[in-house]
Amino acid sequence: MNGIFNYIDRESPIHRLTGATKLVCLLLWSFAAMMTYDTRLLAVLPVISIVLFIVSKIRLRDVRFMLGFTLVFMVLNNVLVFLFAPQHGVSLYGTKHVLFSLGGNYVVTKEQLFYHLNLVLKYLATIPIVLLFVCTTQPSEFAASLNRIGVSYSIAYSVSLALRYIPDIQREFHEISQAQQARGIEMSKKQSLVKRLKSAGAILIPLILSSMDRIEVISNAMLLRGFGKNKKRTWYMGRPFRKWDILAMMLCALLLAASVWLNARNGGRFWNPFLA
Amino acid sequence: MDDCIIRFDHFSFQYNAQAEPTLHDICLTIRKGEKVLIAGPSGCGKSSLAHCINGLIPFSYHGEMQGSVTVCGKETRELGLFEISRHVGTVLQDSDGQFIGLTVAEDIAFALENDCVGNEEMHERVRKTAGLVSVESHLHHAPNELSGGQKQRVALAGIMVNDVDLLLFDEPLANLDPATGKYAMELIDEIHQQTGAAVVIIEHRLEDALHRDVDRIVLMAEGRILADCAPDELLCSNLLEKNGIREPLYLTALKFAGVRLTPEMNPHSLRTLTLTEADKERVRTWQRGQKNEAGTVRPPLLTADAITFTYPNGFTAVKDLTVSIREGELTAIVGTNGAGKTSFSKVICGFERQQKGTLRFADESLDTLSIKERADKIGYVMQNPNQMISKTMIFDEVALGLRTRGVAEGEIKPRVEDTLKVCGLWPFRSWPVSALSYGQKKRVTIASILVLEPKLIILDEPTAGQDYRHYTEIMQFLEQLKKRGITVLMITHDMHLMLEYAERALVFHDGRLIADDSSAAILTNPEIVKTANLKETSLYDLALLCSIEDGQAFVQRFIDCERGRRAE
Repeated sequence: MNGIFNYIDRESPIHRLTGATKLVCLLLWSFAAMMTYDTRLLAVLPVISIVLFIVSKIRLRDVRFMLGFTLVFMVLNNVLVFLFAPQHGVSLYGTKHVLFSLGGNYVVTKEQLFYHLNLVLKYLATIPIVLLFVCTTQPSEFAASLNRIGVSYSIAYSVSLALRYIPDIQREFHEISQAQQARGIEMSKKQSLVKRLKSAGAILIPLILSSMDRIEVISNAMLLRGFGKNKKRTWYMGRPFRKWDILAMMLCALLLAASVWLNARNGGRFWNPFLA
Repeated sequence: MDDCIIRFDHFSFQYNAQAEPTLHDICLTIRKGEKVLIAGPSGCGKSSLAHCINGLIPFSYHGEMQGSVTVCGKETRELGLFEISRHVGTVLQDSDGQFIGLTVAEDIAFALENDCVGNEEMHERVRKTAGLVSVESHLHHAPNELSGGQKQRVALAGIMVNDVDLLLFDEPLANLDPATGKYAMELIDEIHQQTGAAVVIIEHRLEDALHRDVDRIVLMAEGRILADCAPDELLCSNLLEKNGIREPLYLTALKFAGVRLTPEMNPHSLRTLTLTEADKERVRTWQRGQKNEAGTVRPPLLTADAITFTYPNGFTAVKDLTVSIREGELTAIVGTNGAGKTSFSKVICGFERQQKGTLRFADESLDTLSIKERADKIGYVMQNPNQMISKTMIFDEVALGLRTRGVAEGEIKPRVEDTLKVCGLWPFRSWPVSALSYGQKKRVTIASILVLEPKLIILDEPTAGQDYRHYTEIMQFLEQLKKRGITVLMITHDMHLMLEYAERALVFHDGRLIADDSSAAILTNPEIVKTANLKETSLYDLALLCSIEDGQAFVQRFIDCERGRRAE
């Protein structure tokens, strides 16, 4: 129910795009966002993400767990950058506008704040779009699209199977840990770390063993129905590209081109407003 | 020779990892359109035989083959696994585990995808096959959202999409509730008649497998074929009992009554069985033979009062349930999957907390106790022993619960040793767990709970996946525990188990308790049987056949007789 990698079935233009389109778009988008620190582009991407979320009818609460998780990570990342390199912005942008001092080496500068802004924007430009991809692409279509962009189908299929089994394995983990708790194995924070690690073993070993059984069953089932017979295979869920697919990929390619162009114009990955 | 689909000729097989051959000198022919049941106790080699038919041997499980095995006239070792799968379609035992596709349609399409069938043709063929087994309205559902019967249909569709010559079913009844099992046998029969493909069913639950007629039964034991004949002939021999296969209950009852069985009486089914008036009179006389005395009602050990439990996702699994489990009794909980049986036992153990109602154990309230505190009184044994075992050595596994409770090592040793003796595991005390059979592992998990000296022990499907011999062993062991004063509560799908061992049965349906009575009374009540997806015992039908009015008394008479025989 509350799996991390959940396809959410809703009727929307985003859902109607083929899996391959979405995967290609995701890759183009991520490259575009990763290549540059141009604030103007980075600021546009989250806005588009929000629009896409609305279009796809995926609600905030559908993804709140992962979103919360990444937000915590983002804050942590920023704090660490400031602690270890409080003058990083200054060395990047070549100027120094001091706002106030926190004592010692910790001087807050406009450059540093601007750098942090870029860092935050980078998270906002990439994470939501990944979540959107996960929520709007069926695991089996995901496999089909991996295969379509050139990944061998056995790898593609095993990735999708792995994603599919995550909820099952979560449930099994829960069941095993309940039964083991009854035997006195505690995972609570009251225990010392060593004890908790030992306890984890008491849950993980049965989990691994029963997963191995599961793998044997499924791989036999797949073999018996001809998986691996030919070099290629077709996909029931595979769909031909339509004009919207082409359009979406072109737009994302445009984003990447913009990113490359901005980098060239800025003479580096950073857009520097302090030089003006 | 044309119509011969599978032919074993003096065939033997030895797994690479094993010292002894698993199959010896097998000669067996399966012809077009035949329906054959392969029966035998665990470890008799029937699964290996199935693997030889579908090509998993030698292509997935390696070993040494002698003699010949052909599929449609060609040696399997020369064909290759994929070539064989064009002729032989296999439905595996674990119907949940074998679904590959995320939706019903994809699962049916899987074989076609691997054959590189184009998209349009594929959709067309999937639609057609789904129509054959009537699942066309569920094409876009996930297989695990379906009912047990529908899952069987989808599994069948997945192999029928390729127009095979032989359908192979590996223990199709293993994980099904009784009514669904009955339905599965009807479905297999229906498909057999529709397609004309040969059908091979591997199953040790003979009575259930014979719900629909088969042409032949092949009986296996210790890697050899002991009999290959018409069902009537085999049922009249004593081969079944000798080899740990349970004969249909109505036949046991007839034997108790002193009726002599001959193949001419068509004993393979109650529908065809012909009894003379003299035979019927024998049965009636037998029933009058003995009156059973009413047992004393014991005090309740566990009392649940108006329990309601809802999962976080909003599914209410237990609804306003009031019941008491009496001390020293062996009680069975039965009902369909999702009826609330497992959820209720989780609430008892404290794994889940009820939203309403109270639980009392003897004179104490359970509601405030933690999982661990409850575990000192109530033990819970999961269905799959592999989900519980975490230590490599048997001794350590059994000692685990004591060690986590901080019991002194000096006290642990005698307690573990005593428990190992009680569980019949003493000879294996220094063995690694991995060297044990499934049934023995099950005992290890029971031992690891028993060592904590609970007053009540809850077992989820204690006999699942066990043949008759191991099943009897486990159940006799549980009866011994009962004699020691331990109360046993078991969740089960097995009607024989409930009938023969449980003094009392609780029937769950849709989160509620719909019946609480003796097993004999429940299994002779058509209304409850129908609602809860149970299966009427064939004893009841035999009683009707012999014009015995009080079916329940007849069933009770049989149970008493069986218990008497076991006690000897």
